[in-house]
Amino acid sequence: MKRGDAIAKSEVEALAVRLTNEAEGAGYHLNPDRDFTLGLVEGLLTNARRYGYQVCPCRLATGNKEKDLDIICPCDYRDADLVDWGACYCALYVGDAVLVGTKKVGPVPERRPPAAERVGNGAARGVVPAGKSLPLPSGLVVALPVWRCRVCGYLCAREAPPGVCPICKAKAERFERFL
Amino acid sequence: MEARGSVSGRQDRPRIRFYGLSTCVWCRRTRQLLEDEGIPFDYVYVDLLDDDEREQVMGEVRRWNPSESFPTLVLEGRCIVGYRPEEIKEALRS
Repeated sequence: MKRGDAIAKSEVEALAVRLTNEAEGAGYHLNPDRDFTLGLVEGLLTNARRYGYQVCPCRLATGNKEKDLDIICPCDYRDADLVDWGACYCALYVGDAVLVGTKKVGPVPERRPPAAERVGNGAARGVVPAGKSLPLPSGLVVALPVWRCRVCGYLCAREAPPGVCPICKAKAERFERFL
Repeated sequence: MEARGSVSGRQDRPRIRFYGLSTCVWCRRTRQLLEDEGIPFDYVYVDLLDDDEREQVMGEVRRWNPSESFPTLVLEGRCIVGYRPEEIKEALRS
């Protein structure tokens, strides 16, 4: 499909179903407000077509994947926002309280540092991107490198990060060397 | 969707500047609220601008809202960030 074509409703619904299944399978929830959620999913597809990857529909992407990596959905900030605000920044993902209706989603303040304060992989945390080595504390020997998913915190000890995070489905490029 | 434009509204209401993203559902809700309230506003969807224009507009957004998030509304020397219907209505009354 070409960039200018409208995104088909069936395409939006198919992605919403897939994201729902993936979320529920890992203990996450999509926003139960269906129209709202479909609007966000349509935004993800618009961004996928525009940039080649599904950037958060509520954030401004640069089009440079390396710089946008932290805001590819699910973003690096989702889990912290779920804890603090009961929803992620755009509110595609919500916590239990919002799901059962005891809490309403309000505006979630932007946790991502502004452009001038970001380095490398989007975030301003000085993390080591996947594939790069991390200096180990002296004396510490690990039999295998330990990789951390920057989206959900999943850790695994293996030669290279998995292609897709088994918990949150983030791709290998979202992993950092942890140990 | 146009990157920039103006929406007319009631003469007795101050004109608002609306910075948003075309893909953002919160921006959509905020714009709808302004239209429902009959507020005149100038809008710009930053994601639809070309690079040079985007940098210039982001400079404006940053001055009001250092977190560079959307929607950003500027009205009569103050700024409201995010979809905050009560706050927006209150600001429009005062």
